[in-house]
Amino acid sequence: MDPVPISSDTHPTPCQGILTAARAGLAGLPGGKGLNIAHEAVDRHAEGTAGERAAIRCLIPGGGARTISYRALAGLTSRFANLLGRLDIGAGEVVATLLGRVPELYITALGAMKNRSLYCPLYSAFGPEPLRQRLGIGQVRLLVTTPEQYRRKVADLRKGLPGLRHVLLVGEGVSLPGCQSFDELLAQAPEGFAIPPTDAEDPALLHFTSGTTGPPKAAVHVHAAVLMHRLTGRLVLDIQRDDLFWCTADPGWVTGTVYGILAPLTLGATLLADPEPFDPERWYGVIQDQRVTVWYTSPTAIRMLMRLGVERVRRYDTRSLRSLASVGEPLNPEAVLWGQEAFGRPFHDTWWQTETGAILIANPATEPVRPGSMGRPLPGIEAAVVRRGEGGGLEIIETPNLPGELALRAGWPSMFRAYLGEPARYARSFVDGWYLSGDLVRRDAEGWYWFVGRADDLIKTSGHLIGPFEVENVLMEHPAVAEAGVIGKPDPIAMEVVKAFVVLKPGYAGDEVLRRQLLAHCRRRLGAVVAPKEIEFRPGLPRTRSGKILRRLLKAEELGLPPGDLSTLEPPLRNRE
Amino acid sequence: MDQDQLTRQIIDALTSVAPEVEAGALDPEVSFRDQYEIDSVDFLNFVLRLEQELGVKIPEVDYPKLSSLKGCRSYLGRVLGG
Repeated sequence: MDPVPISSDTHPTPCQGILTAARAGLAGLPGGKGLNIAHEAVDRHAEGTAGERAAIRCLIPGGGARTISYRALAGLTSRFANLLGRLDIGAGEVVATLLGRVPELYITALGAMKNRSLYCPLYSAFGPEPLRQRLGIGQVRLLVTTPEQYRRKVADLRKGLPGLRHVLLVGEGVSLPGCQSFDELLAQAPEGFAIPPTDAEDPALLHFTSGTTGPPKAAVHVHAAVLMHRLTGRLVLDIQRDDLFWCTADPGWVTGTVYGILAPLTLGATLLADPEPFDPERWYGVIQDQRVTVWYTSPTAIRMLMRLGVERVRRYDTRSLRSLASVGEPLNPEAVLWGQEAFGRPFHDTWWQTETGAILIANPATEPVRPGSMGRPLPGIEAAVVRRGEGGGLEIIETPNLPGELALRAGWPSMFRAYLGEPARYARSFVDGWYLSGDLVRRDAEGWYWFVGRADDLIKTSGHLIGPFEVENVLMEHPAVAEAGVIGKPDPIAMEVVKAFVVLKPGYAGDEVLRRQLLAHCRRRLGAVVAPKEIEFRPGLPRTRSGKILRRLLKAEELGLPPGDLSTLEPPLRNRE
Repeated sequence: MDQDQLTRQIIDALTSVAPEVEAGALDPEVSFRDQYEIDSVDFLNFVLRLEQELGVKIPEVDYPKLSSLKGCRSYLGRVLGG
């Protein structure tokens, strides 16, 4: 039971008034025993008659809903914490889910944190290869998933993952070798559980994010982050106690945990859990029938709704909506304003990333929006536009509208505290006390931030951040492939789609049959979201003298920019990794 | 176009986007998304491909009708027939 090693780092916490005030809004563990996210999200709301209020309304495919009160959720999550104890999963050990938005997801996430284990969500559309990497890097000890996911993706990985001691399967009546039943173990575990003393700096969450090179990074967040979950839920999304809050993000990504679970619960609101995939008409029906009041969704979803037109929205009663917000990639001004036309309210864009742990820059719900802008830094957050100097130091760009990298003054409570097992990579994320986000932005004279692009080669697609390296590696596994270069190709709906340029080995012909073979290979190994949507065969790839693929040149060619214009893509920064 | 020909065209459009789909194992009654991992971008590309191959225009509101093989056959059969 080795606790997660946190690289020693002594960022001073900013003592701005707003954060101090927010701290006062937290309950803390009874008896002054510290701070635990699960207590703030569940147990503090579970006492007395208020405990009968709905915490989660889980829609059931085909119709109906299962409502879980705060009191019931407290009991279920305590049972899960006891279950972990019985399986000898302790503080600092990692518990993961590979699930959709089903009740077991919420019970696992919050129960793990009660036990002071780390909760790590995995994306259910990942193929076996991304899962193998993440289960290994995260040193996951216990996984909760479905029999189908297990059979298709995890069973074959078990031999190579000796650290994965337990797999619990949800659903009735399925038993597979090496797995146990979630329901049975939960029913056997007692309901009484007192959260042990928890330090605000104890690790609570493990979220994976892609790197430009190398394996995915496992960002560690601590219990202190709950201060930002609650603060931004109120300040940015305007979640109130009586709200029905709907976050459509997949639970496998950081938004699905922080806003899909934690922020609304810390504010005592009810969260809506919809296990079904995107479908415009059904979504409008959900808003109408459930009377959703606060809606947090993604630009890709909004742009797909826009294609269907405002007339469809008007067939539904969506007047319950009070606050609309978006996250994942920049929201174009047309989409912001379309919210006004379709729902009588604009979508408020928000910016954050896995490492920031919570929204840091936003158009808050209660203020007028600036269409197309990411927003302004929240109170207590210090942001800057910077350029990395030749000597390794930072130069802060004060002139309005000049692009540079977005930097945040280190020390906000939800800041990541480590990349698991990679202290050097973590250290490289900070320069002179600033966290460098990898996003290129400009700030206008009034202090609003505008997204310009990525400083590295990471691909933003449908709200996900994908590392080209992971995709290139899987392409290279195929016997026909000599070289592969992967970029994000601009797309009107998904912002970017993954496009692969492939050089074949001698004797192979780049025809439709091979294109389909490669595509199928990638989709089986990586899953639909990470695999390329487009494959183009080329005689060779542009490389630097040291042999690195010049993905930026591939992108320039894709966009039809002459090579001489490459400067417009090449940021004035050194590569982050 | 007869039903077999139409089915082949639909399967070809689907496997162009998601070539891991095994046509023989496809259940016509169940949605593509419930049998395979088809994300929203895949589905959009599938519909665009159908439009291109069959020379039809499919309005956005009808997209949900194309979510399974059976749905595709019945919807496209009607559009092409009428």
